[in-house]
Amino acid sequence: MMRRLILAFAFVLTAFPALAVNPDEVLADPALEARARTLSSQLRCMVCQNQSIDDSNAELARDLRLLVRERLKNGDSDEAVIAYVVSRYGEFVLLNPRLRGETLLLWGAPIVLFLAGATAMVLFVRRRGGKPTGTPLSEAEKAELERVLTRE
Amino acid sequence: MIIELGHYALVLALATVIVQSILPLVGTIRNDRSLMAVAPAAALAGFLLVLFSFSVLTFAYVVSDFSVANVWENSHSLKPMIYKISGVWGNHEGSMLLWLLILVFFSALVATFGANLPERLRANVLAVQGLISTAFGLFILLTSNPFLRLSPAPAEGKDLNPVLQDIGLAIHPPLLYLGYVGFSVCFSFAIAALIDGRIDAAWARWVRPWALAAWSFLTAGIAMGSYWAYYELGWGGWWFWDPVENASFIPWLAGTALLHSALVMEKREALKIWTVLLAILTFSMSLLGTFLVRSGVLTSVHAFATDPTRGVFILAILVIFIGGALSLFAFRAATLKAGGLFAPISREGALVLNNLILTTAAATVLTGTLYPLVLEALTGEKISVGPPFFNLTFGLLMLPLLLAVPFGPLLAWKRGDVFAAGQRLFAAVGVALVAAAAVIYAQSGGPVLAYFGIAIGFYMIAGSITDLSLRAGIGKVAGNVAFRRFIGLPGSAFGTALAHIGVGVTVIGVIAVTAFETEHVVEMKPGMQVEAGGYTLTFDGMRRGQGPNYSEESGHFTVARGGVTVTDIWSSKRMYTARRMPTTEAGIRTFGFSQLYVSLGDAMADGGIVVRVWWKPMILCIWIGALIMMAGGVVSLFDRRLRVGAPQKARKVKPVLEAAE
Repeated sequence: MMRRLILAFAFVLTAFPALAVNPDEVLADPALEARARTLSSQLRCMVCQNQSIDDSNAELARDLRLLVRERLKNGDSDEAVIAYVVSRYGEFVLLNPRLRGETLLLWGAPIVLFLAGATAMVLFVRRRGGKPTGTPLSEAEKAELERVLTRE
Repeated sequence: MIIELGHYALVLALATVIVQSILPLVGTIRNDRSLMAVAPAAALAGFLLVLFSFSVLTFAYVVSDFSVANVWENSHSLKPMIYKISGVWGNHEGSMLLWLLILVFFSALVATFGANLPERLRANVLAVQGLISTAFGLFILLTSNPFLRLSPAPAEGKDLNPVLQDIGLAIHPPLLYLGYVGFSVCFSFAIAALIDGRIDAAWARWVRPWALAAWSFLTAGIAMGSYWAYYELGWGGWWFWDPVENASFIPWLAGTALLHSALVMEKREALKIWTVLLAILTFSMSLLGTFLVRSGVLTSVHAFATDPTRGVFILAILVIFIGGALSLFAFRAATLKAGGLFAPISREGALVLNNLILTTAAATVLTGTLYPLVLEALTGEKISVGPPFFNLTFGLLMLPLLLAVPFGPLLAWKRGDVFAAGQRLFAAVGVALVAAAAVIYAQSGGPVLAYFGIAIGFYMIAGSITDLSLRAGIGKVAGNVAFRRFIGLPGSAFGTALAHIGVGVTVIGVIAVTAFETEHVVEMKPGMQVEAGGYTLTFDGMRRGQGPNYSEESGHFTVARGGVTVTDIWSSKRMYTARRMPTTEAGIRTFGFSQLYVSLGDAMADGGIVVRVWWKPMILCIWIGALIMMAGGVVSLFDRRLRVGAPQKARKVKPVLEAAE
C-alpha cells in the first residue's frame, strides 16, 4: 500500500499521469528500440519507489530513457550503456545488482540456503535411519496387550 | 461521546486481552482448571469490545465526523458510501485496528469451537493469542490511536487517496489480514505445544484447518491486490516484486510449505518438529511484513529514522515474538518426540522436497527484499534489488518444484516408486507436448522457454487430473463404478488436485502474458486506428464528465475484428477534486481469457493524445488460477474426514472445522 501512496505522490509531481515511454522517444530502428526497452526495464527510476525507468512517468526517468537511446544510437553495446549509466548514477540505478563483494551474499543466498537445507535433511535422515517408527508402547500398554493376547 | 465510548472499549479490550494472556498461563502451570477456564471467556469479551470499537470508528466515517482526526485526514463528505467504509482501513491507524479485530476474532473462534480441545492446550493457545493481542493493542493505543479528536472540528475532510478509492481496496486488505493473522493461530498452537512439551494427533488435526483457512484467504488477498494494481495503476503490470508485495508473498510461500508439512504430520506423525518451526516462521513473516509496511522503513531508511516511534515499537514486537518463539523452540524442541520414518522416495519425501524449495524461495525473496536496507544500514551503500533478480532466482527455484508437483500425490506414503509414478504421468506429458505444439502453431516466434513454460502449466493440470482418475480407477473398473468412486473421493484429494491445477493455470497465464504480450504506444487523433491482438481500435474522440468527487476526461474507442465492430472501450483520466490528484482508469475489454488494455497518456499540443494499447493474452489465467488454488483450499477444509474431533474424547463426532471459516 505504501507503494501506491508513493506512486500517488509521484503523480502529483507531474501534471497528468503520462506513462512511461512516449511516442516521440521511440527510436526509428526497431531492433535498437527493443534493446533500449530491455535496458530500460533494468534501470531504476531514481526518484521513484522501486520502478524501472521503462514504467515510470517521472521527468528524470524520461531523461534517462533518452540518454540510453542516445548512447545506443552512438553505437554503444548494452554493457557499455550500463557501465556509463552506473558511472553517472552509481550501483543504485541497477535493478539487477551486479555480482561483486557487496552482493555476494545476495546472489549466494538461494544456493547456500538450498544446499544447507538439503544437507540438513540428508544428515537428519542418516541419523534417524534404523530407529523404530512411531511411539513405542508403554509398559502398561505392553502388559495390556499381553493380557488380551493370552486371553484369546 | 460515542467516539470516546469506542476509545474506552479499546482500552477495556486491552485490559481483557492482558487477563487472557496471564491467567490461563498461570492456570496451566498450577494445574488450576478455573484459571484455565478464564481464557475462552476473556477471548470472547475481547472480541466483542474490539468489534464495538471498530464499529464506532466505522460509524464516524459513515456520518463523516471530521472532529475525529483520522476521519478528517482520510475521508470526504461527498465520497461514495462504500469508500467511506473502506476508508476505515485505508490508512495506518484504521488498518491496525482491523488487524487487531481480526486477531481477536480468531481468538474468539478458537474459544468457541475449541470446546473439544484438551483443556491445557486450549488455555495455552488462547494465552499466546492474548499476548499477541496485547502487543498490538498497546501499539494502537500508544502510537496509532484512531480516536484522537480535533478541536475545532474542520468542516470538510481531506479525502482518501484516490488510488485507494476502488472496490479492490475495499476487499484487498481484509482478505490479506485474514490470511496474515490467520497464521497467528498456527503460531499460538506451536508455542502452546512447546510450552507443554508435547504434540499429539489433536494438535495436527487442529493446525491443518487453520493453516488451510489462512492460506486460502492470503491467496485470495494477494490475487486481489495483484488484479487491483493491474487495472488501477494504469500500466498493465500485475506483479512488481515490490517490497510491499513481497511482504505478503513471503508468508504465503512459508504458509504453503506449512500446509504441506502439516499434512505429513497429520497423516504420518512425521516432521513434527519441522512443522512447529514452520508455524513459527510463517507467522513471523506475517509480523515482519506488517513491520515493513507499517514502519515506513521501505520508503526510506531516513523517513524511518526521523519518526521512529511506530517503527521501533513494531520492531520490538517483532523481536520479542520471533526471538521469544525461536528461543523457546531451541530449548524445547528436543522434548517433542520425533515421529514416523519414511524412505527418501515417498510421498513424505516429495513433501519434504516441496518444503525445502518453498522455504528456500521464501528466504530468497526475504533476502532480496531486506538486502538493500541492511546493506545501506551497515555500509551506507545504496543498491537496488528489483524484478530481474527475483525473476531469475525465484524462477530457477520454482522450475524443479513445478516439475515435481504431479509426482507427489502419485507416490505412496512411506516408500514410493518414482518410475511407476513417472509412467503414470506419460499421458500428462503427452498433453503438455500437444499443448505446446498448439501454442507454437498459433503464436510462432516466441522464445523457446515460453513454450516450455506453457507445457509445464498443462503438464501440471493434466498430472492432477491423472491423479484423480487413477484414484477413481477410471479405465480399470466399469464406468459407473469409477464414477461412484470418483464422487466418493475424499475432499482433500479434490482439494489437492484443484490447488495444483490452479498453479498450472497461473503458470500458463504468467508465461503467456510475459512472452506474447504486445504493446503499442501511439499518438492518436480522432479517426486514427491501431491494431492489437488481431483487433482494430478506432479512436473516436474525448468526452468530459463529472463524478461525485472527481472530474474526468474519457476517450472512446471502437473495437473491430475483420471489419466488424465487436465492442467499444472507454478509457479515462480522473482528477480528484479534494486532493488535486490525477488517476488513470484504464479501459479493459475481455476476450476469453485475454484482454485489451487501453490507457490514456498526455494530450499533445496539436490536439492528439498519447494512447497505450496492450494485448494481454491469457492474462486472466493468472488470477483464475489463484482462485482455483483458493477453491482447492476451501474444498480441502470441508473434507468430512478432517472434521472428526480430537480423538481422545469418547464423545460422538463433532464438527470442528466450522471454526476455520
